[in-house]
Amino acid sequence: MNCIIIDDENTARAIINQLCTKVSNLNVVEEFSNAIQAIKYLNQNEVDLIFLDIHMPDFSGFDFIQTLKSPPKIILTTSDSKFAIDAFEYDCIVDYLVKPILLPRFEKAIQKAQSVSKKAKTNINQDKVEQASGNELYVNIDRRLIKIDIPSIYLIEAKGDYILVKTEDKNYTVHSTLKKIEEKLPTNLFLKVHRSFIINVTKIVDIEDNSVLIKKDVIPVSRSSRPELMNRLNLL
Amino acid sequence: MEQPNLSYLTSLSEGDKEFEKKLIQIIKSEFPGEYKLYKQNIEHKNYLKASENVHKLKHKISILGLEKSYAIASEFEISLKEKEDDFLKGEFEKIMQIITDYLMNL
Repeated sequence: MNCIIIDDENTARAIINQLCTKVSNLNVVEEFSNAIQAIKYLNQNEVDLIFLDIHMPDFSGFDFIQTLKSPPKIILTTSDSKFAIDAFEYDCIVDYLVKPILLPRFEKAIQKAQSVSKKAKTNINQDKVEQASGNELYVNIDRRLIKIDIPSIYLIEAKGDYILVKTEDKNYTVHSTLKKIEEKLPTNLFLKVHRSFIINVTKIVDIEDNSVLIKKDVIPVSRSSRPELMNRLNLL
Repeated sequence: MEQPNLSYLTSLSEGDKEFEKKLIQIIKSEFPGEYKLYKQNIEHKNYLKASENVHKLKHKISILGLEKSYAIASEFEISLKEKEDDFLKGEFEKIMQIITDYLMNL
């Protein structure tokens, strides 16, 4: 695995570098003292793993992650355990190491990163089948891959471990998450207006303060989503 | 008061003397600048910036095996974020002096 280290502290970078020498198949290709330099590097180069310090001046580790379109696996390194809960918000974060990092804990984190890599590889073929080839999206229901015409979708609702996909003709209950389906949908048509709802903005009937009417469904709009929703509308 | 030690460093090096030398050198070169920045920020009452300096220095404190001092620094970091220049400042600066003396003799 090729990795980079991002940490504003020279001492921390030297320690992580040393820890990397203790693990086979782990190759440090570059080190950065700030996240901006790393973004420039990642625009030109691909890596498998990033050791990322959260607490950096001006541009934090979390700010950095949000700039990456398809982030590689990330192991957070920090002197604070208080950010651990925030780390769960990101699928790319495979582990969270609190400084000073000890070798056994470091090795465990690398094992986690490696096992995520293996899982990702086995999922590649499945993903290819399920990926939208244009206006179509294939969903797995009862071991059958069912084709859905993307523009016909008007609403997607999160329901625990499932999502309910509503189309012009039919509704589908799929074992997936809003986050996963959101990645497959064209951003010009769809918008997540609430943590439980994605809507097709072309199907809006009307909007009232904190809700939107799609077909016959009244959907709540979160305060944070409202500006983006208003931007999408062709207002007179 | 507890004294700094190199047990973390030696556990990390597993006998690699080159690495030990290199890391000590890095700490010796990085620590004074970080502490100076902290003092400047305290002097100018930039408590938020000073808390960031303490955050960085905290890592050095932990590397040098100062567990109780680490706890003090963590509390001090929080109090600085709340713009409080409290009694922990004296404690923290004592720790900094101990580290300064220790690094000078390394």
